[in-house]
Amino acid sequence: MNLPLSSYQGSGQGPTRRTFLKSGLAMVGVSLGGAALAGCSSDNVASGLTISRKDPSSVDYWNLFGGGDGVRMQEMQDGYRKTHPSVGLSAVTLAWGNPYYTKLSLATLGDKPPDVAVAHLTRAKTMIASNLLEELTPDALATVGITPDKLSRRAWDAGLVDGKAYTVPLDTHPIVTFYNTDICEKAGLLDSDGKLKPLTSEAAFMEAMAKGKAVSKAYGGVSPINNETATPWRVFQSLYSQLGGEVLSDGGRKVVIDDDKAIKVLTLLDSLRKKKLFPSSVDYEGSIAMFANGQSAFLFQGEWEISTFQTAKTAFSMAPFPNVYGGAKYACQADSHTLCIPKQPTRDDKAFEQSLGFIRSLLDQSSTWAAGGHVPAWLPYANSPAFKKLSPQSDYAVAADGAVYDPDGWYSGSGSDFEIITGSAIGSVQSGQQTPEAALAQMRGKLEKLAGTASPI
Amino acid sequence: MSTETATRMTQRTPAATRSSQKFNDHSRPAMAFLAPFVALYVLFIIGPAIYGLVMSFFDTSLVKPGLSSFAGLENYAEALQSTDFWSSLWHTIWFTILTTPPLIVLGFVLALLADRVGRGRWFFRLAFFAPFILPSAVIALIWIWIYTPGLGLLETAMKSIGLGAPDWLGDASWAMPSLAISTVWWTLGFNFILYLAGLQDIPSELYEAAAIDGAGPWQQIRSITIPLLARTTTLVAVLQVIASLKVFDQMYIMTAGGPNFSTRSVLEYIYDEGFTNFRVGYASALSMLFFVVVLAVSAVWFAIVRSQESEV
Repeated sequence: MNLPLSSYQGSGQGPTRRTFLKSGLAMVGVSLGGAALAGCSSDNVASGLTISRKDPSSVDYWNLFGGGDGVRMQEMQDGYRKTHPSVGLSAVTLAWGNPYYTKLSLATLGDKPPDVAVAHLTRAKTMIASNLLEELTPDALATVGITPDKLSRRAWDAGLVDGKAYTVPLDTHPIVTFYNTDICEKAGLLDSDGKLKPLTSEAAFMEAMAKGKAVSKAYGGVSPINNETATPWRVFQSLYSQLGGEVLSDGGRKVVIDDDKAIKVLTLLDSLRKKKLFPSSVDYEGSIAMFANGQSAFLFQGEWEISTFQTAKTAFSMAPFPNVYGGAKYACQADSHTLCIPKQPTRDDKAFEQSLGFIRSLLDQSSTWAAGGHVPAWLPYANSPAFKKLSPQSDYAVAADGAVYDPDGWYSGSGSDFEIITGSAIGSVQSGQQTPEAALAQMRGKLEKLAGTASPI
Repeated sequence: MSTETATRMTQRTPAATRSSQKFNDHSRPAMAFLAPFVALYVLFIIGPAIYGLVMSFFDTSLVKPGLSSFAGLENYAEALQSTDFWSSLWHTIWFTILTTPPLIVLGFVLALLADRVGRGRWFFRLAFFAPFILPSAVIALIWIWIYTPGLGLLETAMKSIGLGAPDWLGDASWAMPSLAISTVWWTLGFNFILYLAGLQDIPSELYEAAAIDGAGPWQQIRSITIPLLARTTTLVAVLQVIASLKVFDQMYIMTAGGPNFSTRSVLEYIYDEGFTNFRVGYASALSMLFFVVVLAVSAVWFAIVRSQESEV
C-alpha cells in the first residue's frame, strides 16, 4: 500500500493525471491481489487472476465436501497422489450448496474450470442443460475400465440425458432410518438378529413410533423442521414415491402432483405431530442431539450422519427408510455424488484421459468413501465380501436400488428452489401451522409459477 | 467596539483569501488521495450498479454468457405482481419496525446510564459494544442455541420461573420478533457509542446551572440532554433504518427465511432468485425496486426527523 503513495511524495507539484491513474490502478491491483491471497491461496485462483494456463501435467479437482466426507476425500486424493506420483493434483474444497454450483458454472463459462469436479446428480442435470459438461462416451470411459455394468444401475440410469452420459456416480446417498438399538430392543421392535423388523404398513409404522415413544419417554421418531427444508422434502418424497406419486413432468414445465396421494402423506405427517410421536419444533442439530441422547427411538435423515453417532458412541444401527406404502415397489428419496469433466476449449486428449484416470482412481477407493455412510456406486466394491461385512452400511445398501431422484427441471435438484418450496410447505404441516390441504395448495401455487417461467438455462 | 470590529474585519479578509488559495493548492493532492477510493468505488459500486440496471431489462441468466434476450419491463411487471416480492418486502419492513425503536431508545438509555457510572465505566462501554464486533455467523449460532426448543437457555430459564416459552424460531408469528431481539442485542453497541460520544459533547456547565436552578435529574434529561442530542438522534435513526432494511445474514443463517417463508427478507428473495434460480435479470429488477424503496423510506424518515429537530 505504500508504493503508490511514495511515488508522488517528492514530486512537489502533486501528481500528474498519468501518475494519478497509475497509482489508482496499482492500488486496485494491490487490493485485488491482497484479497485473493487472503481469501484463498490456491493455484486456481492465482492462475485465474494472472490468466496463465495451468500446468498440463496436473489435475485440478473441485469438490464441496466438509466434515467427515472432507477428511475421507482428502485420504482418497492422497491415495491418487501415491499411485500417480508424476501427476500433480491440486484439489480445492468449496462451500457446499448453491455457491458451489454458481462458482463451478461461472468458472466453466469463463474457460477456467477444474479438470474434474464433484456435482450432485440432480444438479449436474442443470449444468448439462447449460452445455457445461463434457460428454463421457462409452469408448472414452472404457479407456480407464469404467463400463456401465460396473456401476449402480439406478444411479447410472438416473444420470443419463437423452441416453448420453456426462457424469460418473461415486455413490448413492438415500434418506435412511437410524434406530436406537437399546430403545428398540426394549420396545420389542428388533428381530432375533438384533435388527429392526421391517415396518411395511402405515399401522406398523405408527405402532413402532408409539412403542419407541413409550420407551424413550419423549418421542418415537424425529426429523428436523426448523431452519430446514431438505429433510421435510426427503421424508415426503420417499412416502409419496412409494405411493407412485410424481411432482413434476415434462422437464419441470408441468406440475403433476396427485392430490389424493400427497394429502395421504401429509396427513400421516400431521398425525405424527398430533399424537406427539414426532416433535413439532426441532432444527437439524436438535434432531441429531435428540437421537444421540435417546430422546427419540428413530431418526430419519441422510446416511451421512453415521459418523456423528459412531463418534458419539450412540447405541444405534441403520435400516432403509420404512417401506410404508410401497409394497413390492420400494422407494426412498436420494441423490448421488457424481464426478464430471467441465467443458474446456483447450483441453487435449491426454488431459482428458488423465482426468478420467483420476475419476477411476476415486472409484477404486470406494471402500474409504463407504466408511462415511454413502452407498458405493462402484459395483466391484459394492458386491465384494469386504463391503458385505461393513456394518451397518451394508444393511441399508439395498435402499440405493429404490432411489428416487428429484424430478428434472431447471429449478429442481438438491438445495434448489424446488426443495425450498416443497420443504417449506411440508414443514408447515409437520409443525402444525397449516392443514395438509392448505400446504398442498401453497406448494402447487408456487411450483406452477416456476413451471410457467421460462428457463434461465 | 466599532474599532475592534474593524480590526477584526481587516484581519479576516487576508485570511479568507489565503484559505481559498490554500484550497486551490491542495485540491490536486486531495484528489490524488481520494483517487484510490474513487477508483474502487467506480469499479465495485457504480459500475456494478449500472450493470445491474442494464441487466434488469434483460432475461440475464447466471449460467449463460452475455445479457440474453431483451425483456423490456417484463421483469418489473413480474416483480410487482409477485406475492413473494410483496410478502418479503413486508417482512423486511416489519423487521425494521420491530428493531428501529428499541435500538434507538435502548442505545440512548444505556449510554445515559454508562455515562453516569463513576467507576469502571470502561467495563460498561465494552460490555455494550462487544457484541457489535462479533460477526453475524457467531451471533446467529449463539442465538440459535439460546432459542433451541426443549433444551435452549431461554426456554429453560422461563420454565424455571414458571413461564411457558413460545417456540421462538419455529413458530411463524414468533420467528420475526425472535430475530429482532437477537439483532437488538447484536447491534445496540453502535448506537450506544454514537450516543455516548454525543453525551460527552454536552458541556457539564449546563447541568450545573440547571442543578443550581433546582432542576431534578429527570428534568435535566428532558430539557438539556434530549434536545442537545437531537442531531445525534437524527444520525442514529437514519443509519438504523437503513441498516435494518438491509437485513439478510441473521435470517439466512438462523431461519433460512422460514418457517414457511415467514421471515424471508427481500434481500433473501433477491438472493434466491439470482443465485438459486439463476435469474439474475429478474433479481436485478427486484434489486432496483428495493433500491427505490430504501431511497424513499430514507428520504421520508430523514424529512420527519429533520422537521422534528427544527421544532425543538
